[in-house]
Amino acid sequence: MSALRVWVEGVGLWSPQLGNFAALRSVLDGRMPTPPAARPAAASLLPNERRRAPESVLLAVEVADQAVTMSTRDAATLACVFASAHGDQPITDYMCATLAKAPAELSPIRFHNSVHNAPVGYWTMSSHCHAPSTSVAAQRASFGAGLLEAVSQVLAEQRAVLLVCSDSAGSGPLREVTGCEQAFGCALVLAPTAGPSSIAALDLQLLADHADTPLPEPLAGWRRGNPAATSLALLARLSQGSGRCRLAAAAATLGIQIDMLRIDKELAG
Amino acid sequence: MPMSTTPLAVTAYTATSALGHGLAAQFDALANGRSGLRPNDISSAPLACWIGRVDGVEAATLPAARADWDCRNNRLAWLGLQQDDFIDKVAIARARYGTSRIALLLGTSTASIGATEEAYRQLDADGGLPDDMLRPALHTPHSLSAFVAAALDLSGPCLTVSTACSSSAKVFASAARMIRLGLVDATVVGGVDTLCDSVLFGFNALELVSATPCRPFDARRDGISIGEAAGFALLERAGLAPAAPQLLGYGEASDAYHMSTPHPRGLGAELALRDALARAGLEAAQVDYINLHGTASQKNDEVEAALINRSFPATTRASSTKGYTGHTLGAAGIVGAVVALLAIEHGLVPGNLGGESPDPDCGASFAWRNEQQRIDVALSNSFGFGGNNACLAFARAGFAA
Repeated sequence: MSALRVWVEGVGLWSPQLGNFAALRSVLDGRMPTPPAARPAAASLLPNERRRAPESVLLAVEVADQAVTMSTRDAATLACVFASAHGDQPITDYMCATLAKAPAELSPIRFHNSVHNAPVGYWTMSSHCHAPSTSVAAQRASFGAGLLEAVSQVLAEQRAVLLVCSDSAGSGPLREVTGCEQAFGCALVLAPTAGPSSIAALDLQLLADHADTPLPEPLAGWRRGNPAATSLALLARLSQGSGRCRLAAAAATLGIQIDMLRIDKELAG
Repeated sequence: MPMSTTPLAVTAYTATSALGHGLAAQFDALANGRSGLRPNDISSAPLACWIGRVDGVEAATLPAARADWDCRNNRLAWLGLQQDDFIDKVAIARARYGTSRIALLLGTSTASIGATEEAYRQLDADGGLPDDMLRPALHTPHSLSAFVAAALDLSGPCLTVSTACSSSAKVFASAARMIRLGLVDATVVGGVDTLCDSVLFGFNALELVSATPCRPFDARRDGISIGEAAGFALLERAGLAPAAPQLLGYGEASDAYHMSTPHPRGLGAELALRDALARAGLEAAQVDYINLHGTASQKNDEVEAALINRSFPATTRASSTKGYTGHTLGAAGIVGAVVALLAIEHGLVPGNLGGESPDPDCGASFAWRNEQQRIDVALSNSFGFGGNNACLAFARAGFAA
C-alpha cells in the first residue's frame, strides 16, 4: 500500500509545563518556557460555559483553538475527530463514588458531561460546527488510532479535519489504574492538499511493528504520565524539522510510520 | 453534498438483545409483536422503570485465556459474537485477507464502566480499588474493542467510537472510508452496551426515563426504557460478495445546539440524512423503510417525526423498534442496522410497538402495525448526546440506485 499523504496546517499543545506548540520548541532548544496558567484558557467558549465546563472540555477546546487559529481556517468548516483514552476521569470518579453511596443523588449535569464525546460536543456548539464529529478511544494507542481515523476522513472525504487528543489527570481510586499523572492535550489541523497555511506534509504507512520512537531529552519520560503524550514523537518532529517517527496505532499489534517533510525546507518553490 | 460512493457488502451480521440471542430471535419477536422489556431488576438500588435486559449474560463465561477481560459488557460481547456463525465468518475473512488487513471498529457509550462501578462499591480499607479489580485494560472505554480484537484474533486498525447513542452507527462510516482508501480489506463493525447504574441513574437524573414500557411516537410518551445489546457486522468490498446485502451510504453531522437536547428543527439529523442519501445515490422516494431513532423522549420523537414528514412520501414506511429492545444506547446503531437488514431480508416493516395512541405530529409514513412488503432500501437513524447524528443506508443484494 502506498503512503497516505496529508498536510498539517495547525498544531495545538497544552500540558501543565507547556502552554502551546511554541513552548515545545523552546524546551527542545534547551530553554525553560514559562508554564501556562493552571486552567487552560479555552477562549472560544462563552464565559458562562467556560466557568461550568469540566477540565476535559477546557483542555480539548484550548488545544483545538490553538491549532485552528494557526491554520487560519473557519472552525465551523472542519470535521472533528476527538480522541481520549479515558474520557473525563474526575467525572467517572465522581459518578462511580456517588453510585456506590447514593445513586439517586447523581447530578444530571455531570451525567450528560460524562459522555466521551462531551468535549467535541461543546466544541461543535462553541464553533457553530455542523460538520461530522466523532470521539474515539484506543487506550495507549489513542493518538495513533485517532490520527488514522482523522487521516482517513481527510483523504476519503477530501476535507480538512481537526484532530484533538487529550486526557485529563486521573482522580480518586481510578487514577491507580489509568496512571494519568497530569493533563496533556494536543491538536492538529490536517488537510488533503497543500495550501498557504501548510507547515508540513505527513506520509503515513501502517506497520506490523508498533515501537514508539524514542523522545529527545528532556521529553524522554513524558509519555508515561498520560496516553495523549504519545503524540510527542510526532510533535517533536514537527517542531524540529523533517524526519521519521513511529507511533502505536492499535495496542501491541500495529504501528504508524510517519515521514515528515517540512514545507520551508523540502517543498518550497 | 458528498459524491455517491461505492457500496460495501455486509457479508455477515448478528444481534443479541432483550429479544433474544441472534437474528432468528430478533426476527421472531418483531414478526410476532413481542417486546423484550421487563420491570427493572438489575440496578444496585431500586429504580422504578422498565429495561431491555439480555437473558443469559451472567452465564456467558469468557474463554479461560481471556478471563482478565471478564465483566458484564465483555460477556455480552462474547455471547453476541457466538450467534449466527459470526466467529466462523470472521475466520474465513481472516484466512482470506490476513489478520492485519481487517479493522475492528466498535461503538459503545459506557463499555465496561459497570466493572468500575463494582470496584468502587468494594474499595479496600485505604480507599483503593480491590486487588482483584486492578485491571487497567478493563477500566477504560477501549476495553470492549481490545477484548473483541483478542477474541477474534484481529491485528488491524482497532478503534472505539464513543459518541453516545450514535456510536455503533458511526463505525460503518469509518469502516467504509478505511476500505475505500485500501487501509484494510474488510472491517468488523458493531457495538455493545450493557445495563449499569451509570446509565440507569444518569438518565433518571435527567428525567428522561419512563416508569412504564417506553412508547415511541405515542401522544402520551414520557421517556425512554434503557436496554442492552451486542451486534456485529462484517463489511467487505461488494464485488467479492454479490449475493450479500449492501451498505450504500452513510451520513454524519453535528447539531451544535445542546449536550442532551436535540436541535429543535432537527438540523444535524437532516444533514446526516441528506448526506447518507447523497452517498447512496438515492432519492428519498426510493427508500422503502426507515428504522427510526425513536427513543420515546418528548423531544427526540417530535423532531424526528417532523423530519420524516417533510422528507419522505407515505410510501416510505417508518417505525421505531425501541419498544421491543429498549434504547440500547451505544449499541443502538448496530441494532437499528440489523433491524434494517432484517426488514430487507424478510420483507417485514416492523410496527412501531408502544404507539397505541399515535402522536398527531406523526405523518402517513408511520407504520403502527407490522406490514409485509418488498423492501429494497432501508435506512437507520441514530442520534446521540452532544448533538451527534448518523444515518445509514442499506440495500438488498444487487440493488443499484
